[in-house]
Amino acid sequence: MSKLLWRHGVVLLVVAFSLVPILFVLSAALNPLGTLNSSELYPTGATVKNFAKLFSDPDHSFGRWFVNSVFIALASSFASVFLSVCAAYAFSRMRFAGRRVGLLSLLLIQMFPQFLAIVTIFIIFTEVTELYPAFGFNSVWGLLLLYLGGALGVNTYLMKGFLDTVPKELDESATVDGASHAQIFWRIILPLVAPVLAVTAMLAFIGTINEFLMANIFLRADDSKTLAVGMFGLLGPDNRNVNFGIFAAGTLITAVPTVAVFLWLQRYIVSGLTMGAVKG
Amino acid sequence: MGFLIGRVAAVGITAAVLLYTVPPLIRTQSWTMLGILAAVTAAVSYLYLTKRHVPAKYLVPGTIFLLTFQVIPVLYTFTVAFTNYGDGHRGSKQEAVGAIERESLVEIPGAPDYALTVAARGGEVVFLLVDRETKAVQVGTAEGLSPVDDAEVSLTGKVLGAPGYEILPAGERDGEVQALAVPTARGAIKSSGLSRAIEFHANRKYDPACDCISDSGTGQRWTADDEVGYFVAADGTNLIQGWKVNVGLANFTRVVSDPTISGHFLGVLIWNFAFALGSVALSFALGMVCALALHHPRMRGTRIYRVLLILPYAMPSFAMLLVWRDMFNTDFGLINRMLGTDIDWMGSPTGARLSLLLVNLWLGFPYMFLVTTGALQAIPRELTEASSIDGASAWQGFRRVTLPLLLVALSPLLIASFAYNFNNFNAVRFITNGGPYPVDNNLVGKTDLLITYTYRLAFEGGSGQFGFASAISVFIFAIVATISAIAFRRTRAQEEVYS
Repeated sequence: MSKLLWRHGVVLLVVAFSLVPILFVLSAALNPLGTLNSSELYPTGATVKNFAKLFSDPDHSFGRWFVNSVFIALASSFASVFLSVCAAYAFSRMRFAGRRVGLLSLLLIQMFPQFLAIVTIFIIFTEVTELYPAFGFNSVWGLLLLYLGGALGVNTYLMKGFLDTVPKELDESATVDGASHAQIFWRIILPLVAPVLAVTAMLAFIGTINEFLMANIFLRADDSKTLAVGMFGLLGPDNRNVNFGIFAAGTLITAVPTVAVFLWLQRYIVSGLTMGAVKG
Repeated sequence: MGFLIGRVAAVGITAAVLLYTVPPLIRTQSWTMLGILAAVTAAVSYLYLTKRHVPAKYLVPGTIFLLTFQVIPVLYTFTVAFTNYGDGHRGSKQEAVGAIERESLVEIPGAPDYALTVAARGGEVVFLLVDRETKAVQVGTAEGLSPVDDAEVSLTGKVLGAPGYEILPAGERDGEVQALAVPTARGAIKSSGLSRAIEFHANRKYDPACDCISDSGTGQRWTADDEVGYFVAADGTNLIQGWKVNVGLANFTRVVSDPTISGHFLGVLIWNFAFALGSVALSFALGMVCALALHHPRMRGTRIYRVLLILPYAMPSFAMLLVWRDMFNTDFGLINRMLGTDIDWMGSPTGARLSLLLVNLWLGFPYMFLVTTGALQAIPRELTEASSIDGASAWQGFRRVTLPLLLVALSPLLIASFAYNFNNFNAVRFITNGGPYPVDNNLVGKTDLLITYTYRLAFEGGSGQFGFASAISVFIFAIVATISAIAFRRTRAQEEVYS
């Protein structure tokens, strides 16, 4: 028994560490005074005032940020997973001239994260804003296009690894039965790798919700902002203390979709993360 | 049937893109872009109409995005790194001359006052100018003034119509109207408000003979220096407006030679490595400890522990970073209030660095816990049992059996995590914003990573040094690529050894 006791002890200690900030956010969100210096670790009162104030604040459009963020994150995670699973299907199942070169260049491109080119992305999109304002700065569409540009480089190699684990005999027998390449892709491959796709999409979703570097350059107008850009502005140097309550409320609301998806897919996450590791 | 739907959809999307993108390109006369666009759409339509080239059908959509929004910006970064592009050096020399002359415009006293009507002639914006005294009608273009016949002029001097001209409503094509300067013998005629035009005289003028700008008021002279992209006076001062020139390796050598940068840059580089290594090592250690502690057949409550341990990973990290920052706040923060202290945690370099590592540990260990749990389940229990039967202590069993196997399985993820933390922009931007800053340089702080430094050079701190920022980006590219290449080789070698 004592052998298990130290295990509980260690884990409880770490659990305390992981819960302290979360508890603090919870208590700050419920704190009636809504300031940083009146927020304690444990709730000292319970009110939904901060939540109400968050949505009625005339200077900030939190609702809009939330919609923007969820839209960009959903659209870009779905589209980028789709684009990369398409490419992975070609690399995994077909043999064609340039396949090796293509795979190697993807490996090379993977080493150059897109956001490092932020300076030239800014220069390019200054030009795009002049020509096509709907896809330029202050538009979620332009940012979405940009995120899709990073899709293939990040996920394709991983996806190819997943697809390689699906036995080839399956699509061979389908081909014998007269299925086309599109039918094999939609009816056989996609359903089989769906759990892995879900995990990849979820990680992309969370990554996009948290993306700040490029979004901050792109979205300057208040109603075009995402949660990361907008809520960063909530805690500006002058109102760090007073706005903390509504900020904490916003944090909790933002956490709802991510935590929910996370707990729901928990089972697959471990296999999804480590499967990518086996294929280097 | 499915093939037909696919065809229609692909061609429809291509046509829609074409319809949307072409008009602005024609308006700005970007023929090269138009050519590329035509070639790409033609190729895409062909690809989805034919039954051949099946692999390309799956590869092309993602590749187009990849090329446009990742490969081209990256390559472009490499070229910008060799220029002085940035505030004061945005355009061509011609644009700089135009800007300098425009800045120095003064109204010519006693010059004729014109009533202005903006019109279009063959798509080009022109001024129809009516001299308020003589009532003579002239057309002003970028080439100069010429008379207009048969113009119908109202009493106020507004031109109501003239053959060959289309009168534009007020406010239309405003940018072109503002930019139009009609050259005259003494200066230029420019619009002043919606219905008036005035002849201006440029105090500073460019003279192609000496490749210099001279000021007719003070007699001062600035000669063009194509090395630095400025007009420089004899005393070494330069005009603010410059132009973009190739500076060769200057941006790269500046890191070593410029005394206000070189010392700090080395510091940033060392801290950048330390931060990435420290973050990975600490979070892997803590995550592994948790995974090992829960990895016991008779352990109870593992499900609830697991959920509580991965909560930090599921919370929105940008918001939690800000929460941590404010917990460390000197005046209002929770930590100082709970400890009853008054410490400026982020005030000293060491304090700020340790705080950053602690926060990043909090954010990072759940991921490591998750992947170690997965990897542990893949290690057969017989291996550790066999070692304990052979007389190995628990520590020896861990050190000699479990840990090496974990490292083999997880090293690609650890390397990926290192690469991620090497460029962990959010953590530094949100918690310390690079601070504390040394007294002699407010552009680079003691906790800056290369990526936050790049960002500040280009977009914050009012410096707008795009060329130099790109050069730092190229440094990061080189470092990350080297690490990835080495890591890739090593994992290959390891897999061969252990498999």
